[in-house]
Amino acid sequence: MNAFKWRANIGGALHDQKIGILLSSPRIDQPRQQESAMPFGNTHNTLKMKFSASEEYPDLSKHNNHMAKVLTPALYERLRSKETPSGFTLDDVIQTGVDNPGHPYIMTVGIVAGDEETYEVFKELLDPVIEDRHGGYKPTDKHKTDLNPANLKGGDDLDPKYVLSSRVRTGRSIRGFCLPPHCSRGERRAVEKMSVEALDSLSGDLKGKYYALKNMTDAEQQQLIDDHFLFDKPVSPLLLASGMARDWPDGRGIWHNDTKTFLVWVNEEDHLRVISMQNGGNMKEVFNRFCTGLTKIETLFKEKGTEFMWNEHLGYVLTCPSNLGTGLRAGVHVKIPNMSKHPKFEEVLKRLRLQKRGTGGVDTAAVGGTFDISNADRLGFSEVELVQMVVDGVKLLVEMEKKLEKGQGIDDLIPAQK
Amino acid sequence: MANNFARLLTSKRNVGILSLVGAGSLTAGFLFNREHVTAGANVRRVYPASAEYPDLRKHNNCMASHLTPAIYAKLVDKATPNGYTLDQAIQTGVDNPGHPFIKTVGMVAGDEESYEVFAELLNPVIKERHNGYDADTMTHPTDLDSRKLTSGQFDERYVLSSRVRTGRSIRGLSLPPACTRAERREVERVVVDALAGLKGDLAGKYYSLVSMTEEEQQQLIDDHFLFDKPVSPLLTCSGMARDWPDARGIWHNNTKTFLIWINEEDHTRVISMEKGGNMKRVFDRFCSGLKEVERLIQEKGWEFMWNERLGYILTCPSNLGTGLRAGVHVKLPRLSKDPRFSKILDNLRLQKRGTGGVDTAAVGSTFDISNLDRLGQSEVQLVQTVVDGVNYLIDCEKKLEKGQDIKIPPPLKK
Repeated sequence: MNAFKWRANIGGALHDQKIGILLSSPRIDQPRQQESAMPFGNTHNTLKMKFSASEEYPDLSKHNNHMAKVLTPALYERLRSKETPSGFTLDDVIQTGVDNPGHPYIMTVGIVAGDEETYEVFKELLDPVIEDRHGGYKPTDKHKTDLNPANLKGGDDLDPKYVLSSRVRTGRSIRGFCLPPHCSRGERRAVEKMSVEALDSLSGDLKGKYYALKNMTDAEQQQLIDDHFLFDKPVSPLLLASGMARDWPDGRGIWHNDTKTFLVWVNEEDHLRVISMQNGGNMKEVFNRFCTGLTKIETLFKEKGTEFMWNEHLGYVLTCPSNLGTGLRAGVHVKIPNMSKHPKFEEVLKRLRLQKRGTGGVDTAAVGGTFDISNADRLGFSEVELVQMVVDGVKLLVEMEKKLEKGQGIDDLIPAQK
Repeated sequence: MANNFARLLTSKRNVGILSLVGAGSLTAGFLFNREHVTAGANVRRVYPASAEYPDLRKHNNCMASHLTPAIYAKLVDKATPNGYTLDQAIQTGVDNPGHPFIKTVGMVAGDEESYEVFAELLNPVIKERHNGYDADTMTHPTDLDSRKLTSGQFDERYVLSSRVRTGRSIRGLSLPPACTRAERREVERVVVDALAGLKGDLAGKYYSLVSMTEEEQQQLIDDHFLFDKPVSPLLTCSGMARDWPDARGIWHNNTKTFLIWINEEDHTRVISMEKGGNMKRVFDRFCSGLKEVERLIQEKGWEFMWNERLGYILTCPSNLGTGLRAGVHVKLPRLSKDPRFSKILDNLRLQKRGTGGVDTAAVGSTFDISNLDRLGQSEVQLVQTVVDGVNYLIDCEKKLEKGQDIKIPPPLKK
């Protein structure tokens, strides 16, 4: 046994020796790597540094995502020796973007964060991606957080004949814990435990119950499916390639209040996804509940000595750079069969800073004339500002739909660029 | 490309190598730099092992059967010299609780050293998967002398095609679950370079997945040679599909009877195949092709991962030893409906699959029949088992055609 172990060492030495002869000088001056191999680092940075940057640089020639646009060979070389304190490396950051060259409906980010420090350690890559993705948001810009629902004007009168349902969602990460692409099972379970403790303290119309994915009964599962609350193991390769589906369904679950209008996903794509929703067009009520619930949960976390990942520049920190800032998507399912066929539909959406999706979510196309319309922005605008855009924009779209139904034109209604 | 000095080091009998290496400045630099990442190096963890231990209560794979909390606690802090950890090795087994048709292994190796550093878990898994093979005490026989095969021509009214496959790993480079892009590209370079040296009926051409033309792709599909990005979660959860299709490709000889996959589930998968029932010729070509490729990579200072205990080292513990699956597509309409079919296969040490491969069920009555075993018997022995077994199955089928009865054969000695 010992002889074999020794041979295994030699095998390693042989490998080094071979590489030394083939490549340029060995990195003897390399600083001692932090011994922090967290579980899902399929990157073995120490091993990797024995090869040159150009030998490791990914082939991005057929790629179309934000990461591929920014990651030049020179930038790769500068960043590849770095890792965050928990051991997240450049290759971990970009793996999803390397494995997924492009998406047909939307330009994907191609990057994930493994912890809060990713955004600092790999700034040189993340800042330009953030700037590109978030409409020119600069590294020096400050983000405003506003979760005071009283600041929202209107929003309680969207026509329910057109607006079928209203929803606001965001995410929150718990400071001090690695994010889903990188967390260990122990960490993920700790996030679950803390979150459930906080949620169990909610009262009044927010009082509810937690359903752990792995302990759910068949009856509970069916009920959650019928309520359209159950989330399943991700199938999108965008998510799988980042490692966030590891150990499924361990540490994952769904919490919702008794009235089924406030819902929290634990350990799916983020530590927490917080959702307020109801049928009909009363976005104001949805947003009220959203803000109240979030603020209460944050208070409960603080009482336990933890807090959400947040900073002045990036706002709330989440796994995907596309969800920075507010992480907020406020949207409606709205019937606009005429408007959606209008040649100016896309242009109107663009000017209103809105985005369309199918009613199945981000990776789907619309069915019939019912669309999911939501804010396109996340960062650089406050929560109130974004929900205001949705409320005002959807109101206008419904007006246009009504006009088109009557055979009237809508040119006088086309808005200026927000 | 490695020079004479490196070639000296690549001898299998490398006792006393350290003394040869001596105190030269180049090598001293390497040995000094590596001192914090040696076999069994410790890995810093934030949580105790008990908080990290996976929930395997609903699992049914070999890893889950043997990974006790105690073994987990002992191994979880270790890493191979390349930095591969236990959690990485078992990830596929944690993510995939069980397979309907077959008890899966549930773990992979990231490099050759994994089999050593994680031996306390791998050895019981190997023992279960390979019929009691004790990696601590037994040795595995390698025999690629195809002349020893007898009766290797099947009745072609029943056997539609014959095929032998195995895998080979290049020593010194990490395996697909763990390799870096540069390592993967190096595997491609080394193998393609060697294959370019093949001659005669083995001469062929390489098709890189990255730069294949549309026509080439269509031709490879029509020949049933093209492999696609793995979709099975058993494979994708281990990380072997990263960076697809970078450094992946297919090589085949001009007569399309010898085929090599590069960087799919293993560094290389080597396949010899033909329509019809001439298993002897298929195995002849398999052996001579493999030996020639080995010779060509050795000329350049490389070698295959192999040791006495485990034979050829591959990514999945199920493929250790010979890594060999010799099989036929055979029509057995009557026998397959006989209730004794499974028992007959069992006793002959054979396995049935659908003609689409491991994750499929049979269509109609044509089956893929191959050897069950991989480790503990040599290549010659395993192919002989398939030859003898398939001949027996055909004999049963013929008997049933004539309305005669068939017998369950006595179980082969394992």
